[in-house]
Amino acid sequence: MTTRYTEDHEWITVDGDTATVGITAYAAGQLGDVVFVELPEVGKTLSKGDEFAVVESVKAASEVYAPVDGEIVAINDDLEGEPAKVNEDPAGAGWFVKIKLSDAAQLDGLMDEAAYNAHTA
Amino acid sequence: MGMNTQGRPTRMAENAATGGYADTVSGSRGLEQAEPLIFERGNLEHCGVDLPEPKGTRTRLGGLERQGQIGLPGLAEPETMRHYVRLSRKNYAIDLGLYPLGSCTMKHNPRLNEKIARLPGFADIHPMQPASTVQGAYQLMGELAHWLMTLTGTTAVAMSPKAGAHGEFCGMMAIRAKLDSDGQTHRRRVLVPESAHGTNPATAVQCGFTVDEIPADKTGRVDMEAFKAKLGDDVAGIMLTNPNTCGLFERDIREIADLIHEAGGYFYCDGANFNAIVGRVRPGDLGIDAMHINLHKTFSTPHGGGGPGSGPTVFSAALAAYVPVPYVQQTEKGAWELVEHAGQAAGEPFGRMAAFHGQMGMFTRALTYMMSHGSDGLKQVAEDAVLNANYILARLKHVMTPAYEGHCMHEALFDDRFLKDTGVSTLDFAKAMIDEGYHPMTMYFPLVVHGAMLIEPTETESKGGLDRFTEVLEALAEAARAGGKDRFLVAPVHAPTKRLDETRAARQPVLRWSPPANELEAAE
Amino acid sequence: MRYLPHTDTDRKAMLETIGVASIDELFTDVPDAARLDGLIDLPTKQSELQVERALSAMAAKNVAAGQAPFFVGAGAYKHHIPATVDHLIQRSEFLTAYTPYQPEISQGTLQTLFEFQTQVALLTGMDVANASMYDGSTACAEAIMMAARVTRRNKAVMAGGVHPHYIEASKTLAKYSDVEISVTDPAASGLDEVIAAIGDETACIVVQTPDVFGRLHDLRAISEAAHEKGALVIAVFTECVALGLVESPGAMGADIAVGEGQSIGVGLNFGGPYVGLFACKDDRRFIRQMPGRLAGETVDADGRRGYVLTLSTREQHIRRDKATSNICTNSGLCSLAWTIHMTLLGEKGITTLARLNHETACELADALSAVEGVELVNEAFFNEFTLKLPRPAAQVVDDLARVGVIGGVPASRLFPGRFENYLIVAATETNTPEDIAVFAKALKGVL
Repeated sequence: MTTRYTEDHEWITVDGDTATVGITAYAAGQLGDVVFVELPEVGKTLSKGDEFAVVESVKAASEVYAPVDGEIVAINDDLEGEPAKVNEDPAGAGWFVKIKLSDAAQLDGLMDEAAYNAHTA
Repeated sequence: MGMNTQGRPTRMAENAATGGYADTVSGSRGLEQAEPLIFERGNLEHCGVDLPEPKGTRTRLGGLERQGQIGLPGLAEPETMRHYVRLSRKNYAIDLGLYPLGSCTMKHNPRLNEKIARLPGFADIHPMQPASTVQGAYQLMGELAHWLMTLTGTTAVAMSPKAGAHGEFCGMMAIRAKLDSDGQTHRRRVLVPESAHGTNPATAVQCGFTVDEIPADKTGRVDMEAFKAKLGDDVAGIMLTNPNTCGLFERDIREIADLIHEAGGYFYCDGANFNAIVGRVRPGDLGIDAMHINLHKTFSTPHGGGGPGSGPTVFSAALAAYVPVPYVQQTEKGAWELVEHAGQAAGEPFGRMAAFHGQMGMFTRALTYMMSHGSDGLKQVAEDAVLNANYILARLKHVMTPAYEGHCMHEALFDDRFLKDTGVSTLDFAKAMIDEGYHPMTMYFPLVVHGAMLIEPTETESKGGLDRFTEVLEALAEAARAGGKDRFLVAPVHAPTKRLDETRAARQPVLRWSPPANELEAAE
Repeated sequence: MRYLPHTDTDRKAMLETIGVASIDELFTDVPDAARLDGLIDLPTKQSELQVERALSAMAAKNVAAGQAPFFVGAGAYKHHIPATVDHLIQRSEFLTAYTPYQPEISQGTLQTLFEFQTQVALLTGMDVANASMYDGSTACAEAIMMAARVTRRNKAVMAGGVHPHYIEASKTLAKYSDVEISVTDPAASGLDEVIAAIGDETACIVVQTPDVFGRLHDLRAISEAAHEKGALVIAVFTECVALGLVESPGAMGADIAVGEGQSIGVGLNFGGPYVGLFACKDDRRFIRQMPGRLAGETVDADGRRGYVLTLSTREQHIRRDKATSNICTNSGLCSLAWTIHMTLLGEKGITTLARLNHETACELADALSAVEGVELVNEAFFNEFTLKLPRPAAQVVDDLARVGVIGGVPASRLFPGRFENYLIVAATETNTPEDIAVFAKALKGVL
C-alpha cells in the first residue's frame, strides 16, 4: 500500500484497484473542530479535481476534491454521527470515501509524504 | 450529587444545567439573574391576555379543527415582563456603549424616529387599503424616494427590498433583466473583489451568474491590472463596495466604472458603507448603475438584534425601466398612486421582491432621521464618521498594526501582526474587550487581511468616548505584548456567560426546547 | 445638530492628532469629478418639533385601521397587540443591539430566538424553525429553493390559491435558477389539479391554507400523493392566528411550513416590517439546507447552559457563492414582538383568540350574505372569506371608503383582469357587532 498527497491536502492510500481518500492532519488542523462532513452517494463517478465532499468546522467550510478519476464504492457513514474522527484520526478512522480507480497512472502525478511535508512546511 | 475520587462533581449542578450559577442557591448573583426558558416557567393554563369567552356555538371550518394541543406555555403579564426584562439585561446595546462593529454602522438611534413610526396614521394602516385612505403613506414613500435619489444622484429607486442582501438581489436582477433584454445572454460572469461581503457572491449566484474574484492590491484597493485582465465580452458587471470593506475609498472608481461600461457590463455598488460619504459624494457621479442603501445603517433605523432591515435600491437611467413592482408615483393632479402590476408599469419590471410595498416602519424612521439632519447635517455625519475613524487610527497605530498605510474613511482596519508571538489571537483580544465593557469590533473580516479587526466608531461617538476607548485598546495591546496572555485566553470572565462551546452546538444541534423525557412518559 | 456630539474645538483637536489641516484632506481619494461644492439640494436640518409637525401632518392624511370599521386582510391582519409587547421591544438592550455574533453579551437576543424557534415549531406542528425570515412571501420563496436542494429536483407546483404576491416573489427568486414554477388555476376550489400536477421530477408542491380567498384545505391527501412521488409539501399560511384553531401543517403531513407572523405582535405597518416564519422536519438533510439564522443550545466554559448562532456554514458570510441563501438580516425585533405576544397568550390565549376570530367572521358572513345580491363563495373559512357581488368589487370598495368603511380587498387587485366582482373580506377580534352592522348597512347602500 502506498499513500500519496495532493496540493489541496487530500491523502489517498491505494490497495489493489481501490483507494481510500481523506484529508490530511494538516488540513484538519487548519479547519479546527470539524462539525460536519457532507459525503457523496455510493456509485457516483468522479473525475480528478471534482468536488466530492464538503468538510465544515464552526466557522469554515471547505470543498474536498477527487485526487484521481474513479467511482465511489464506499463512504464513511460513521462521520455523520462522529465528525470529530476527522480531527482525532484523520489518516485512519477519519477517512471519507473509497474510490475504485480508473487510471492508476494518475497516482504518479501526486506527492509522496516527503514532498507533501515540504509543501506544508 | 455523585462525587468522583478527585472530589469534583461528576454531574452539573441543577442551576448550571438551566444556565444559572452553580455557587448560589438560586442560580443568580445579585443583579445577574438566572432566567429559565418560558417552557420551564409557564404552563398551558397561564395567560397574560384577557379575552372574552367565545360562544362556542358553531364552526365553519369544514372539519379541519385542530385535534390535540399545541403545547404553548403562557405567562401572566408581570411574569412576562420580568422574563424579557431579565433577558434584555444579558445584551450589549448601542445605548449602553460604543459598538464598533466595522461594516455595521452602529450609530445612535434617535427616539423621535420611534415616535413617528408609531403614529397610528403610519403604524396602523394596511397595505391593501383603498388608495384614497393612504395618500399620506404613499407621499411618505415618495418623499423618501426623492431623498434617496437626490443623495445618490440616481434616477430611479425600488423601495421594496427588505434588507441589504435583498437590495443586492434587486440590483443584480435588474442588471440581468437589462442584459437579457438587450440580447446579451452570454454575459454571465460577475467580478467581485475578494474583500467583498459574503452576500455579494451569494447574490450573484442567486441571479444565475458565476463569480470571478478580483484580488486586492498592496494598498487594499481593487488591483487594477487584475481587473482589466478579467474584462471580456462575457462579463455582466462588477459588484464593488465603496468605501470598500477595508475602510478605503476606491480611488480608481471612475476608471472602474468607465472600463466596465466600455466592456458592456454594469456597475453594482454595495452601499453598506454609504455613511462615509453621505451628503458629500453622490454615487451616481461615480458612475454606478445600481446600489442598495441599508436604511438600518446609514439612516439609523434600529438593528433590533438582527433586523428588520430595509434596503431600497437606486438605479441609473440605464436600469430604471426594470424596477420591480410595486412603486408609488404622483399623478399630474398631485395625487399619489401605486403601480402594483407589471401591466400598469411604464417600464419592464423584472418581478416582485416580496408581498406589499416594503419596510414602511423603516421608511418612517429613515425619513425622520433625514429631515432632522437635513443636507447640512448629513454632510456633517459623513465628515464626523470619517474623522472619528481616523482619530482611532491615529491613536492606535503605534500599538496596533494598521492593515494598510495612510488615512481611512469611516472605519479603521488592523491586522494581527501586533499580536505575533504573544499567544493571543484576534478572537482572544476581542473577548478581552468584553471584559472592559466594550462590544468587540468586527473580527476576521475582510478575509484579505490576516486576523482582521475592523473598527467603525460612527459619528455619534464623542471625543471623550473615543479617548477612553483607545486608551483601553492601547492598554490591552500592551498587556498582550508584555506576556499577559492568560487574561485574554479566559476572557470574557465578566460577561453574563463565559465562552460558549460552538463546536458542540454545531455537532449536536439543539434548535428547540423539548420536554424532558420523564414528562413525556407522564403524558402518555 | 443634536445627534452629533463634537464641538468645533473637538474637531480641530482631533484633526491635529490625525495630522491633517482640514477634513477635506481625509476625502482626497474622491475623484475630482465627484467632489461636490456645497450642499446637496435638499432641505437643511430641522428641530424635533419641526419634523414631528411635518410628519404628523402626513400621517393625518391616512385613515388608520383603528379609526373605521375595518375588514381588510389578504395577507395582513388587524389584531390587538398588548401594550407590554411594544414596551418590551423598545428596551434599549433589544432595540439597539446588533445581530448576536458575540454570544457572551447577546444571551438576551439568543435565548429569545431559541424560544421563538420552539414556539414556531409547536404552532406549526413541525420539529424545528429558524430565527425568522423577512416576511411570509420571502419565506415561501426560500422554502421552494430549499425543497429543490433537498430533493435535487427542479420543478415546483404552486396551488392557485396561494397569495399572488407570494407566487410572484417566488417566481422572482427562482427566475434565473434552474427551478421552474407552475401554478394551478386559482378558481379551482379543491386541490385535485394540484395533485394531478405532481410528477416524478416535482421537488415540491406549495399549498396555502387558509388560502387567499379564505378557503381551508385538508393537506392530508396531497401530502400522501406528494410523498409517494418523492416530492415535499410546503404548507403556507398568511394568518398565523388560524393555527390556534385549525389543524397544523405538521399534523397534515407538510414537510416545510412557512408563513406570515405579522398577526401576532407586529401590527399592520402598511406592509412591513413583518416576520416570516419558517419551520421544517427534523431531518439532517433539511436542517443543513435551511436558509437564515439558527439559534442553538450549548454550554459555556463553566458548563452553564447558553445559546449561540449555529450551523453558520450554510450562510453567506462563510459559504459565499455556495450559501443556501443570500439572506443576512432576519426580522429580529419583529420575531421578538411575536414571541412576547405568544408568551402572553400561551395555549389558552391563542386558542381563544383564534376562536373569537372565527366566530366574528361567521357573524360577518351571515350579515353580509344577507344583503341582497351578495353571495358567500366559501363553504369553509377561518377569519376571511370571499363574497361575490353584483358589480365590480373595486368600485364597491371605493364607495364604501367614501362612507367611512374599509371594506376588504377586491380580488381583481391581486388577480388583474380576473374575479372582477369578488371581494375578499376579513374579520378579527377587533371588529365589534356595531362594526359588522355598519358594514352590512353600508354595503347594502352602495350596491
